[in-house]
Amino acid sequence: MSDGKNKLGRFFSENAVVIIFLLITVLAVKPSGLSLTYITQEMINRVGRDSFLVLALLLPIYAGMGLNFGMTLGAMSGQIGLIFAINYNIRGVDGLLFAALVGTPISILMGYICGAVLNKAKGREMVTGYILAFFINGVYQFVVMYLMGSIIPIKNPAILLSRGYGIRNTLDLSGVRQSLDNLLMLHLGPFALPCATFLVIAALCVFIAWFKKTKLGQDMRAVGYDMKVADSAGIAVDGTRIVAIIISTVLACYGQIIFLQNMGNFATYNAHDQTSFFAVAAILVGGASVKKATLPNVFIGVILLHVLFVVSPLAGQNLFGSAMIGEYFRQFIGYGVIALSLVLYAWRSRKEAMAARESLRGGAFGAAGQTAGGTK
Amino acid sequence: MRSPKQMVEDFGWPRIIIFLFLVALFIAAPLVKVRIDASLSDVLNRFGQNAIFVLAMVPMIQSGCGLNFGLSIGIVAGLLGSTLSIEFGLTGFWGFFFAILLSAPFAVLFGWLYGKLLNKVKGEEMTIAMYVGFAGVMFMCIMWLVLPYTSPNMIWGYGGKGLRTTITVEGYWLKILNNFLALKIGDFIFPTGELLFVALIVWLMSVFMKTRTGTAMTAVGSNPDYARASGISIDRMRTVSVVISTFLGAVGICVYEQSFGFIQLYTAPTSMPFAAVAAILIGGASVNKASMVNVIVGAFLFQGLLTMTPSVINSALQTDMSEVIRIIVSNGIILYALTRKTKAAK
Repeated sequence: MSDGKNKLGRFFSENAVVIIFLLITVLAVKPSGLSLTYITQEMINRVGRDSFLVLALLLPIYAGMGLNFGMTLGAMSGQIGLIFAINYNIRGVDGLLFAALVGTPISILMGYICGAVLNKAKGREMVTGYILAFFINGVYQFVVMYLMGSIIPIKNPAILLSRGYGIRNTLDLSGVRQSLDNLLMLHLGPFALPCATFLVIAALCVFIAWFKKTKLGQDMRAVGYDMKVADSAGIAVDGTRIVAIIISTVLACYGQIIFLQNMGNFATYNAHDQTSFFAVAAILVGGASVKKATLPNVFIGVILLHVLFVVSPLAGQNLFGSAMIGEYFRQFIGYGVIALSLVLYAWRSRKEAMAARESLRGGAFGAAGQTAGGTK
Repeated sequence: MRSPKQMVEDFGWPRIIIFLFLVALFIAAPLVKVRIDASLSDVLNRFGQNAIFVLAMVPMIQSGCGLNFGLSIGIVAGLLGSTLSIEFGLTGFWGFFFAILLSAPFAVLFGWLYGKLLNKVKGEEMTIAMYVGFAGVMFMCIMWLVLPYTSPNMIWGYGGKGLRTTITVEGYWLKILNNFLALKIGDFIFPTGELLFVALIVWLMSVFMKTRTGTAMTAVGSNPDYARASGISIDRMRTVSVVISTFLGAVGICVYEQSFGFIQLYTAPTSMPFAAVAAILIGGASVNKASMVNVIVGAFLFQGLLTMTPSVINSALQTDMSEVIRIIVSNGIILYALTRKTKAAK
């Protein structure tokens, strides 16, 4: 009798984050006073800018490693690539390709380190990845602030600090600014579509969909489902996990390059600070969980999160007379969403584990709990 | 008897390296003309400022909730208390005392809710704690803008809205603990009152850990099955530990403010938990075991490192590398602790 109600309840609890977020966003659009045309154009820009980074999160989720907060390592590798591209003054798409070329080996190394560290911290990958990103941030600062120009040959005086070594705080990317976006810009009525960027993103989506079907992709999902079972099936668990993180890190490296070419300049020492925060918030807002994520989650998430980010400062200004309120509100929402979906996920998986335990003990109630937990 | 090699392994190489590094800094200090007495009094002062944050880690580690990355929840409760104390215009010892007293109800309420939440997510506490902490800080950022404070010392002048980013406690309870019975020998100042206060709180904590509730808490953390079999309510003990930790966070920020001289609002509390986590781990604690000795040693080593590296390294190399060293050392030690093999908490 309560089956329909149960189903509806489960739909709400599984999509609680998306629903809550959709409500807040819709409510905030009107008071912001922004036109729908403006918001749509902003969304087109931001989907092009951010999707690649968010897509980088998918593989570690398949491999059961949760949200890869260590993606920041890839972002830093991409930034190092860009610094070299500016140093040699390579312009346009060539500059981006060169940055990616420099960034790839660094991000592979970083991904390997990250994967190896996370293998030593099974069961708490997320918090470890987060701290690892902080740690490598220290190393990045050391390299960029002290080694570049003194040991690593950087000659371009335009990007060096006046003391002769170390890179300036903000770098102007005018040489490569929006070079990918403008490569194939389609003007459609009031909108401008950066088709080249979209093609790159589409290619990545195809790659991920294809990768899931390969032997390695299947292994990854097996590891994500149950490490012990995968191990006894002869899958190299640790190696597979490292590969998932390496691919994710390399993708994050390319993602950051795409992100920064769209922005047009970057803060050398903290452009990567918020990378994982935005990407993780986006994928969770899109309805993904720690264990399960799909391509639509990525795009729904990027759009929803960014609509809120665009409208909230103005909505704050118009509703409360202070843009800062909107600014803090969107950060609160970002962190809150991450916390909420982690809580909902942990809570649900505990409930399922409890139901499974009840059913082991036998008893009618337990059996009912098991079917309820097992139908998913 | 344990062999020396075993003891070294128990203590952990990173800690030994940090300890030796600190000793080397103290030896090197006179060579680069950094005054030992001034540095030493800085170290003591900052030890007192931060020790209570580090102590706040103990109850939750002991009860199996892991490292409290959400300590900022307690810190914002303390900020509420101290801004209220200034709002009421309380000065001197009573001002400080009321700052703690007024923050207590907030700390207990926040801690209780936070503890209830953590009980629902066993095994995932640390990541969630971090984000709950961040979200809490951001929520309070909005509150600092809209709460109806009126004290002219705290709100923005010229028609601005909300509280200032930093509020001075000068004229209220600046250095109220530090100057109590303080000893001055040249540049060396011994902050007697502050250290006495820290000693008192640490003593209370160690007494508490030996009471029935305290032992039950440790039992919950070290062996939940045994605890459940002895009729201890696991969830209740965990909640109590979170409430205590949150309250200590509130007391900690009040002590910090009176010594530092300013109340820092808005996003300032975001990074504070990480320093406390790093400190207790440097002191020898692990993700599921911590003692008072870990607190004292950790707070001293970590703050010593933070105080000595800028002055010594900067004088020696003529550049400011202290920030980079701080980031690498503090996160490196947290990373080391997280990658140790420990029993997974159920």
